[in-house]
Amino acid sequence: MRKVLMGNHALSYGATLSRVQVIAAYPITPQTQVVELLSEIVADGKLKAKFIRVESEHSAMAACIGASAAGARAFTATSAQGLALMHEMLHWAVGARTPIVLGNINRAMAPPWTIWTEQNDSLSQRDTGWMQVYCQNNQEVLDSVIQAYKVSERVLLPTMIVLDAFVLSHTYEVVDIPEQEKVDEYLPPYNPPYKLDPDEPHAFGGLTGPDGYFELRYIIEKAMEESREVWRETGKEFGEVFGREYGLTEEYKTGDAEFLIVASATIASTARVAVDVMREKGKKVGLLRIRVIRPFPFDEVRECLKGRKKVLVIDRNVSFGFGGIFYQEVKSAMYNEEHRPPIFGIITGLGGRDVRVEDIMEMVEDVERREKPEDIIWKGVRV
Amino acid sequence: MIEIRFHGRGGQGTVVASKILADAVSKEGKWVQAFPEFGVERRGAPVTAFIRIDEQPVYIKSKIYQPQHIVVLDPTLIQAVNVTEGLKEGGWIIINTERKPEDFNFGPYKVATVDATRIAIKYRLGSKTAPIVNTAILGAVVNVLGLCRLDTLLDAVKEGVPVKPEENAEAAKEAYESVRKEEQ
Repeated sequence: MRKVLMGNHALSYGATLSRVQVIAAYPITPQTQVVELLSEIVADGKLKAKFIRVESEHSAMAACIGASAAGARAFTATSAQGLALMHEMLHWAVGARTPIVLGNINRAMAPPWTIWTEQNDSLSQRDTGWMQVYCQNNQEVLDSVIQAYKVSERVLLPTMIVLDAFVLSHTYEVVDIPEQEKVDEYLPPYNPPYKLDPDEPHAFGGLTGPDGYFELRYIIEKAMEESREVWRETGKEFGEVFGREYGLTEEYKTGDAEFLIVASATIASTARVAVDVMREKGKKVGLLRIRVIRPFPFDEVRECLKGRKKVLVIDRNVSFGFGGIFYQEVKSAMYNEEHRPPIFGIITGLGGRDVRVEDIMEMVEDVERREKPEDIIWKGVRV
Repeated sequence: MIEIRFHGRGGQGTVVASKILADAVSKEGKWVQAFPEFGVERRGAPVTAFIRIDEQPVYIKSKIYQPQHIVVLDPTLIQAVNVTEGLKEGGWIIINTERKPEDFNFGPYKVATVDATRIAIKYRLGSKTAPIVNTAILGAVVNVLGLCRLDTLLDAVKEGVPVKPEENAEAAKEAYESVRKEEQ
């Protein structure tokens, strides 16, 4: 069914169609509408779920971990400071191997207080062991929630579905809402190998010394590595069932491209339009969108970057003292490759500054003029 | 691709107007993107909302700087903000006012007027002092710009308003029929 949905409600629909059983959340702009709609859906009896009101995001994640450990499908959503407050529990969710799905609206961190988009909130959680999916439109937001439960429950790691504040969260787009029967067929009920069960008691997360903890971390890394193939498989299967296929990355007009733009989230969507305009002018330019950054798509990135004359990575985030985070990751993925192109990193759009088609074309022209790669090139900063 | 900007005041339903129009054109198979000016809104303060309509999926995610047409839900905004900023030549300015199009001089732009305030009050949409004019103005927009059929708009209005679906649809219909366009 075609419906016009805001990104926040695309998350709510995705969770509803996934038949989540526990939702625990605390309101924060620009996320609040996600759980507001879910609370209505639950109150109306359209979704058999327990909606738990909590006093903080830390508790929201704690409640999700408890629910997931008991075998329930759990969902929450947050943004910026809320995600930061969850940080301790994000680690816990991974260590406890609870396949929770969290919707995070990318909002810049305070101070100064702000509500507009930037990726630093979620990328600061990059090393917790959560899988992270960066969406470029509301259809992908809805679809990714469903896919995320399938992947997460296979590999027992949680997933963060990430979308830009306002640019997606409050933007209405046409979304095809899949039929419940098809979703049920694609995503069977969660059936964990171990769960909290009074009839069959187990201990979870107890004190583990140096002769056990190491192996548990090794197993998490193996699960993360295995998840790459699971994302690919389930993304392909999604295409077979719903007609929309998803990978860890997405390529656009890369075939003969000499100049490659690497971008994520909605900047990648706008970059697609920039590629079309530049192609009309005869420029051999293509686009690689990184959809999933954890697990990092090494194969896709290496294969796509091979043989390009120049690569530009656009970041709406900054790791102070190093540079753009997608840039660092792409560059380090290429270091041991025999043929590695020069890679340029541009930081732009921080704090929700608008990124237009013209801006992306100017970035390409700027990099074309440069001979030597630079780690940080600023675009649009007024200094 | 058509790009339209709405100017209203917080509480008039400006953002909802762009959403309902998005619903309507989407029902006829078009691709659409509607969004508010990103940020915080206050009752009575100037508010803008935007819509992009295309035959293909809309990939561009930046704001709209050069709309083809604008819609003004509150005529006092014409003095308060530069409503024609970036407006492309030959575009329509659709204004909620009791005045005639000839009463305005907007240079290279075309003017259409509709008394959406009177219509909203007639159908008891909002209060007399703060009528909600968003559904009425959409009738005028669809007549002037021909973005979708009136019936499709009325369906979208009935589904898109929280209360008084029939009255809102009647208001849109009356505005559709009573909008006055500048002589071409």
